[in-house]
Amino acid sequence: MAAAVGMGQQWVLVEMVQAFYEAPAYHLILEGILILWIIRLLFSKTYKLQERSDLTPKEKEELIEEWQPEALVPPVSKDHPALNYSIVSGPPSHKIIVNGKECINFASFNFLGLLDNERVKNAAQASLRKYGVGTCGPRGFYGTFDVHLELEDRLAKFMRTEESIIYSYGFATIASAIPAYSKRGDIVFVDEAACFAIQKGLQASRSNIKLFKHNDTADLEQLLKEQEIEDQKNPRKACVTRRFILVEGLYMNTGDICPLPELIKLKYKYKVRIFLEESLSFGVLGEHGRGVTEHFGINVDDIDLISANMENSLASIGGFCCGRSFVIDHQRLSGQGYCFSASLPPLLAAAAIEALNIMEENPDIFQILREKCKRIHKALQRIPGLIVVGDLFSPALHLQLEEPSGSRENDMKLLKRIVDYCMNRSIALTPARYLEKEEKCLPPPR
Amino acid sequence: HFEQAPMYVAVLTYLSFGVGTIFGYLRDFMRACGLEKCNLAAEREEQKDFVPLYQDFENFYTRNLYMRIRDNWNRPICSVPGPQFDLMERVTDDFNWTFRFTGRTIKDVINMGSYNYLGFAETEANALKTVADVLQNYGTGVCSTRQEMGNLDKHIELENLVARFLDVEAAMVFGMGFATNSMNIPSLVGKGCLILSDELNHTSLVLGARLSGATIRIFKHNNMQSLEKLLTDAIAYGQPRSRRAWKKILILVEGIYSMEGSIVRLPEIVALKKRYKAYLYLDEAHSIGAVGPTGRGVVEYFGMNPEDVDVLMGTFTKSFGAAGGYIAGKKELVDFLRTHSHSAIYATSMCPPVAEQIIRSMKCVMGLDGTTQGLQRVHQLGENTRYFRRRLHEMGFIVYGNDDSPVVPLLLYMPGKIGAFARCMLTKNIGVVVVGFPATPIAESRARFCVSAAHTREMLDTVLNALDELGDFLQLKYSRHSRSSRPELYDETSFELED
Repeated sequence: MAAAVGMGQQWVLVEMVQAFYEAPAYHLILEGILILWIIRLLFSKTYKLQERSDLTPKEKEELIEEWQPEALVPPVSKDHPALNYSIVSGPPSHKIIVNGKECINFASFNFLGLLDNERVKNAAQASLRKYGVGTCGPRGFYGTFDVHLELEDRLAKFMRTEESIIYSYGFATIASAIPAYSKRGDIVFVDEAACFAIQKGLQASRSNIKLFKHNDTADLEQLLKEQEIEDQKNPRKACVTRRFILVEGLYMNTGDICPLPELIKLKYKYKVRIFLEESLSFGVLGEHGRGVTEHFGINVDDIDLISANMENSLASIGGFCCGRSFVIDHQRLSGQGYCFSASLPPLLAAAAIEALNIMEENPDIFQILREKCKRIHKALQRIPGLIVVGDLFSPALHLQLEEPSGSRENDMKLLKRIVDYCMNRSIALTPARYLEKEEKCLPPPR
Repeated sequence: HFEQAPMYVAVLTYLSFGVGTIFGYLRDFMRACGLEKCNLAAEREEQKDFVPLYQDFENFYTRNLYMRIRDNWNRPICSVPGPQFDLMERVTDDFNWTFRFTGRTIKDVINMGSYNYLGFAETEANALKTVADVLQNYGTGVCSTRQEMGNLDKHIELENLVARFLDVEAAMVFGMGFATNSMNIPSLVGKGCLILSDELNHTSLVLGARLSGATIRIFKHNNMQSLEKLLTDAIAYGQPRSRRAWKKILILVEGIYSMEGSIVRLPEIVALKKRYKAYLYLDEAHSIGAVGPTGRGVVEYFGMNPEDVDVLMGTFTKSFGAAGGYIAGKKELVDFLRTHSHSAIYATSMCPPVAEQIIRSMKCVMGLDGTTQGLQRVHQLGENTRYFRRRLHEMGFIVYGNDDSPVVPLLLYMPGKIGAFARCMLTKNIGVVVVGFPATPIAESRARFCVSAAHTREMLDTVLNALDELGDFLQLKYSRHSRSSRPELYDETSFELED
């Protein structure tokens, strides 16, 4: 039979049968056994290693009886520093009543003092009378009100960008914006001192995260060069991997400004996009309060996405992202905190619009804020034992112990005593709260 | 409760998607050649050599299929979202790429889309008096986190009230419902724990589960056998590679599922959880205030003890006409969340007027304001729901979900009918919500009605008559089990023969 195949001739049935008769007996027997073996293998069950260790139902019962889970939550000791909150009665504005005592408020982020402003409150009242409180639906399902559209319009005009999009919670803003653009396989270069919301956004996006030292453009350039070398090894993958630099305008954890002009140069040199998080710097930096782009005189179109929350300077609730329509429009279908959550209550949107009006009409309040920040900064420098962490004109400052004792708990206790002492003298301060186990780079106690 | 459509419907649906896709490719090709104008926003000139921000195929569905019927979503309104509202009239000159407001409003459109179950979205001055006072007193924002300077006395009042309402030891409130899930599940479970989550859970639950780092396994929707098998296997075999025991097992379910309208099988899940020593996390976003004889949610609906559920979570957006979420349960749980929740440490607390709105509406439902208005609303909602569902069944539509749930999904199946349905209903002055892929499976697009206690019988009848007409016009009455409207005719036990 092998000879017949070798000849490559067409099979004729008669020739086949002839060959069959002429073949030696042992050959036929061998072939027959092989065919039978193949048939048996085809029809027998596959041999799984796990079959051996499958448990009988009785064994499973025993295991279920024995298994003891951990408690749902570990017990919290009664004197945990964060358990007993200070209770604020009345409006949390510049004069605040904490635990029954009236203090000057140095602990809230009410930078422009708009929380107690009559005009803002009246605008909110008018909106309350017209729309009620809640919106009863997400933006896609009749939750879009004309105040939302107006606020988006006003914010875009104020920041001189094409479009803006509003979220109903400040934390959710950046935490939904990042995963909308950066997916698994993309690379994000982020500063070490990034705030927790950014960290959660990065975790949700499942991208590769590369941390660079705080405000150190040399370190960032080093990382970018390394990435370039990686890219040259695999150019096909490189042309679909998106790259982002994520920085904050004014860092919450350290109170200093990012070096934006150098970052823009790096952007064009290495072709990465920049996302800027301006929660603290919106309404604070720049001549008209437009944030760190105005402060440095940079064209706002150079930044791909600016995200900020309205809970600090605008004394409302919520957040927004602004930028070019090309970038922002994508979030309307893929920003999770936008599509799957109820929209911002209209009274808060109306309050934000009025606050924007006030900001536009009085551009000198930013100068006043800067002066005051400078005064406080200078005055605090003279306190022995505490160092001031933060830039000269940053409205959020941290006071850190000059010589930490090495034990975080002891330091926190000492800080708490300082805070209590200040409260007794009618000054409201607060220890900065961090989730110790979850932060990537835990700042020292302050 | 989940009736299957006839086979020809499924075939036609897939066929329509096929045709849509072919046309999509054709249009993309024409746009690439320059034969057709491209209306999409484009990247900046200076950044044209950057890695593209969006891949073409990711947005294929958006560009070609969603864009055709885009005018049915994001419809802006300009009044309170009560039982009737005013829509801003919006036209498009270029087939939905851009919209233009004509400046006119369409008045008194019947609202079947907003989550206004108990009708608390109202602007009556008397009702909102306390909210206006609080707004005047406290201002609008809080500007601080819960643990720092943002804990107002209003929050404590609200938390005590919520704990009383749900009959549990303690509760904690947060500023946003979505964020409540995504920020608290990671603090409850972590690596080495197992999460068993229902197939159709909401995005916030899925996001919270992913952020926690625990292993996630999915069981079929409301299917107790699937859940039991997962539980048995989990405890018997332990963690996947190391075979160590799991630290804890958390079951994530919702009270009412927002796209299906089905109610969770709570008694069976509690029985399973007790047997296998797992923990139960119940998300009552839609069901709190909407089911149960006094509006206390699914726990009361099934007559169970709230202590059986380990973590009760819910939102205030739907039934209470405000915003925000809560988590309630034992005191240890709430104490732990006060110290370790991401929201308490990093996110702003709820603003005072919203907290006051929840306080006043919850007091109304509990009857603490001295009237029976709250109870009346709950009963009215129940009646409206049952009437609406019964009439839809009689007409012959396929409707999913439990008979008592105020979320009523009506199946449309074919993508062409999505647009037609929503637009025709708008011409009849009724605002509906239609949902398609990706929120639902691709072949099961639906229209979703949210019944409210504020809807009167006349409004419901208007809607039902319009549905009847439209159902005949668009051929939507797929059900093969339509119940007659005269059930007494089937109950004849004695037949009188004519002599």
